[in-house]
Amino acid sequence: MRQKVMIGMAAVAAVLLARDLYVMLLKLPDEALQGAIYRIIFFHVPAAWTAFLCFFAAMIASILYLKGRNLKYDAFAAAVTEVGLAFGAANLITGMIWGRIIWGIWWTWDPRLTSMLVGWLIYAGYMMLRRAIEDPTERARLSAVLSVFAFADVPIIFFSIKWWRTQHPQPVVWGGGSMDPSMFNMLFTNWVPLLLLAGIFLMIRMRQEQNQRELDALRRYVHAF
Amino acid sequence: MAVPALRGAPARAGVKPPRLSFIRQSLTIASKDLRSELRTKEAINASFAFAIVILLLFSFAFEPTQQQTREMSGGLLWLVFAFAGALILNRSFARELPNDCLDALIAAPVSGAALFFGKALANVALLFAVELVSLPVFGIFYNVPWMQQFWPLVGIVLLGTWGITVIGTVFSAMTVNMRLRELMLPMLVYPIMIPGLLAAVQLTTPLVMGQPLGADSMIWLRLLVAYDVIFTALALALVETVLVR
Repeated sequence: MRQKVMIGMAAVAAVLLARDLYVMLLKLPDEALQGAIYRIIFFHVPAAWTAFLCFFAAMIASILYLKGRNLKYDAFAAAVTEVGLAFGAANLITGMIWGRIIWGIWWTWDPRLTSMLVGWLIYAGYMMLRRAIEDPTERARLSAVLSVFAFADVPIIFFSIKWWRTQHPQPVVWGGGSMDPSMFNMLFTNWVPLLLLAGIFLMIRMRQEQNQRELDALRRYVHAF
Repeated sequence: MAVPALRGAPARAGVKPPRLSFIRQSLTIASKDLRSELRTKEAINASFAFAIVILLLFSFAFEPTQQQTREMSGGLLWLVFAFAGALILNRSFARELPNDCLDALIAAPVSGAALFFGKALANVALLFAVELVSLPVFGIFYNVPWMQQFWPLVGIVLLGTWGITVIGTVFSAMTVNMRLRELMLPMLVYPIMIPGLLAAVQLTTPLVMGQPLGADSMIWLRLLVAYDVIFTALALALVETVLVR
């Protein structure tokens, strides 16, 4: 059943993505100032949204785990954090490619870039923590606590780095400005297939976690004799 | 024929152990930690020696007599404090591992929050002691007039130290049973410390240079206080979960 749902979701995502790519590449005009490269925003921004959504979901699942001590929530939190890390990496990498072309530099210590990197490192630490603990319930308990701390820290990091950077002249000013509505809508339209993709990754990761638990149980069973 | 031991038992059960308040319990834990640390001096000596070595290394990375280097003295100082702090924090719970002292402490009739709070107080005291010795060394090595704003500087150092120690103590409890404990703690805790460290750096730099805090520094003071309050509350709320298996 789950297999079929996953294949169905993948098919929908593929169709939507093909349609979005068609509109993006052939229908939407080049941006007045940036030319063709601006199209990376349709992946760059939804990837960031997906990552934050994943980290938020991880915090909720972690709280639920701490309340009920159901290992299912732990598996969900671990899986969703990993998917969030993947989308966070996609956000950082597309941002760097974009920055290289428009700003001429791979990286700038702008508040958003810095916050995303710090957030990414914190959640990478979450994955390291999981690797370092062998007992499943202890791993679940401690990583849930870390997830709560991490998500509490994310807004503080964002605002502190924003204040820090706005007190200094920025190397490249990237003004807010408005976007053409057809381009703006595409941000959301393209978010749908990316969310579906995140959902598929999540399901695959959850199944791996489940298999891992079953394997561990079997291994313990064998060692008992 | 009566058995003496059995006769004594009911009377003993009726005696309630003296109930200590949260603060008293924390202070007891803190004084125990400080006493055992001052007897062995294993963390504080290592931490202080490490701080001096880093200050020495910085002098190779940055020209120590240049004005530019002085302008980032806040950043250098807090890096030293964070590195030295990691050594103290690592020992904080690891010290309890031999003879299963940690299990005994958890089983003792003090709440996890009080145990944590006491350990955090002891860690703040130890790290603050290291910082108080590092500051004059830094002042001499880098020729900065750090004495001119002494009391505001002490206040900021205490606030910053509280922030990084309180979160560090929770993570010390989290990593205590882990392989690669010494590595995991700084790797997990430094990114989470960033807002507190950032605010402390912004406030420390003018003070170390002998300038008073201006109106534009207040946002950093507020951030630092908010960071301390938020993470102290969160740590007290979650530490029971961390400690009790």
